[in-house]
Amino acid sequence: MEQVIANGLYLGAQYALIALGLTLIFALMNVLNFAHGQMYVLGGFITYTVYGQLGLPFVVALLASGVTLAVIGALMEKFLFRTVIRRSHREESTMLLAAATAFFFDAVILLLFGEKQRGVPKIVKGVFNDVGIIMPYDRIVVGALAIVFIAAFVLYMQYSRVGRAMRALAQDRVAAQLMGVRVDRYSMIGFAMGAMLAGVVGGLLVTITGVNSGIGGPISIKAFLMVMIGGAGVVGGAIAGGFILGMMESVGLTVLREYGDVTYLVIFAALMVFLSVRPNGLMGKPWG
Amino acid sequence: MTPNRNTRISAVVAFLTIVFVAVPVAISASGRFDLYYTLTSVALLSIASTGVWLTFYIGRINIGQGAYALMGGYVSAILVMNHGWSFWLTLPAAGLFCAAASVLIGLPILRLRGVYFAMVTLVLTEVARLLALALPITNGAKGIVSIPLPGALSVFGITLIPDFATLQNSRLAFYLLAVTLMVVCFAIMYRLVNSRIGKLCQSLQQNEELASSIGVNIAYLRVIAYAVSSFFGGVSGAIFAAISQSIYPSSFTVTDSVNFMLNCFLGGLGYVFGPMLGTLVLYFGWDLLFQTGQFQLLIYSGLMIVLMLVLPNGLLSLAETTRKKG
Repeated sequence: MEQVIANGLYLGAQYALIALGLTLIFALMNVLNFAHGQMYVLGGFITYTVYGQLGLPFVVALLASGVTLAVIGALMEKFLFRTVIRRSHREESTMLLAAATAFFFDAVILLLFGEKQRGVPKIVKGVFNDVGIIMPYDRIVVGALAIVFIAAFVLYMQYSRVGRAMRALAQDRVAAQLMGVRVDRYSMIGFAMGAMLAGVVGGLLVTITGVNSGIGGPISIKAFLMVMIGGAGVVGGAIAGGFILGMMESVGLTVLREYGDVTYLVIFAALMVFLSVRPNGLMGKPWG
Repeated sequence: MTPNRNTRISAVVAFLTIVFVAVPVAISASGRFDLYYTLTSVALLSIASTGVWLTFYIGRINIGQGAYALMGGYVSAILVMNHGWSFWLTLPAAGLFCAAASVLIGLPILRLRGVYFAMVTLVLTEVARLLALALPITNGAKGIVSIPLPGALSVFGITLIPDFATLQNSRLAFYLLAVTLMVVCFAIMYRLVNSRIGKLCQSLQQNEELASSIGVNIAYLRVIAYAVSSFFGGVSGAIFAAISQSIYPSSFTVTDSVNFMLNCFLGGLGYVFGPMLGTLVLYFGWDLLFQTGQFQLLIYSGLMIVLMLVLPNGLLSLAETTRKKG
């Protein structure tokens, strides 16, 4: 039982970090970023190249993943999403753009890194084995790092000037603009931060699960799930959603083992029932 | 500015002549019989896409059409294989089954809006795939294979449609079937959108609370629209199963659901015939880019991004701007 909870917490920490990036972009721009999973994969491959191939320290690789993705995110916002939002009659049109960028990233990743599964050497060796829990040290390190990043992100959003501006933007775009918040600039920063989070998680997890070019789509779907559980566009919701999904996956894999591969079927069914009772998720704004 | 009655009738006649006469003649003249398969797919995919378009019309982003296409395919396949039904009977049965299922699913989830609905329908596609893998009747990952071709259809002893297995050119037969259905579906859609219900649907798209406050039964309308949409999805899935003579859990996946949605976007959300044009352009674009080999996806998605930047309101919005200028 302790093992199940520990696994759930570890999964939850990384899931929450994935969901944070997605929910941030959604809160600021009302854009459902289909390419989030692909950004994660790209971050993973950058860490694989810098840490695994070039042999530079892991911290440098993680930084490289984060910075590259932040730049890509900023450029995407400035040249693609901003233009389309301005010109389109219906704001759903950004979904086509997001899906197209997802395909585009898929193609780029496939061309640059190939279709093979890639892994890197462990960052910490050894296995923790006490109080009924068996867990490799590198998982503990990654889980702890993920929690540190989440905490840093929440504090940054809460207390920094940029964070305040972005929260104002998420609450009411027009009012924020009237109060003198530079809406365009902070949208760009927000998109860059969301992309950066995806890249950082990708870099963290490549040390454990490895990465291949095909996992972008499934990661996006999981991120959508977490955001739906917690409520779209709410930071607390994304964190809660991440931990809940991580816990459900961990418990489901143990309890439902004898029925075959039905964990996700049960999770999906439970989610549908939950959403029909509470359409905005745990703490979402009405009609996000 | 709406075109007057005569131009509209002549446009319809021209379109029917092209799809029923000109295309078969051109194909048999050029000998490119593989094009039949491509065009059949376009016609069927556009049927499913027009269903998605209808849900867009009531202001919902639907990424779940793949689920109903898969469901329709399985219903038809199981009825033909296990219960010995004629394919022609399973076609409406598949549609009705999907419509019934969509009413059950739609009643709770249609209360959701915006991205919530989009994401739930996306999850629905995954649920359908996982169900097809898990249920005993769908035969798991092996799927249902060697489904017989559609048999003859006769009413009162008169053979309306011959047995597809005895035909020399079953590809042409499937093409005609798919195109006929497409024409019927788009005729229904056109009629629906330009009727009282269509206007009511438009009011839902703009503001549900306001529509509700002046006495529009919004819950009923959106379930109806969703059911019609799923009906189209189921029918198109059933014919796909018949053409490929097989159905697997991976026959319709999230990618297909997203593509159905993209077809609508590309053609233009404000135009009834948008999904048809969007499907044609996307499917043919993908096919034409096949020669570029490994760069296929890169060029395809790059073009899609460019198209979105230039024409964010769909291809058909091009016609509107030129008309305004001229």
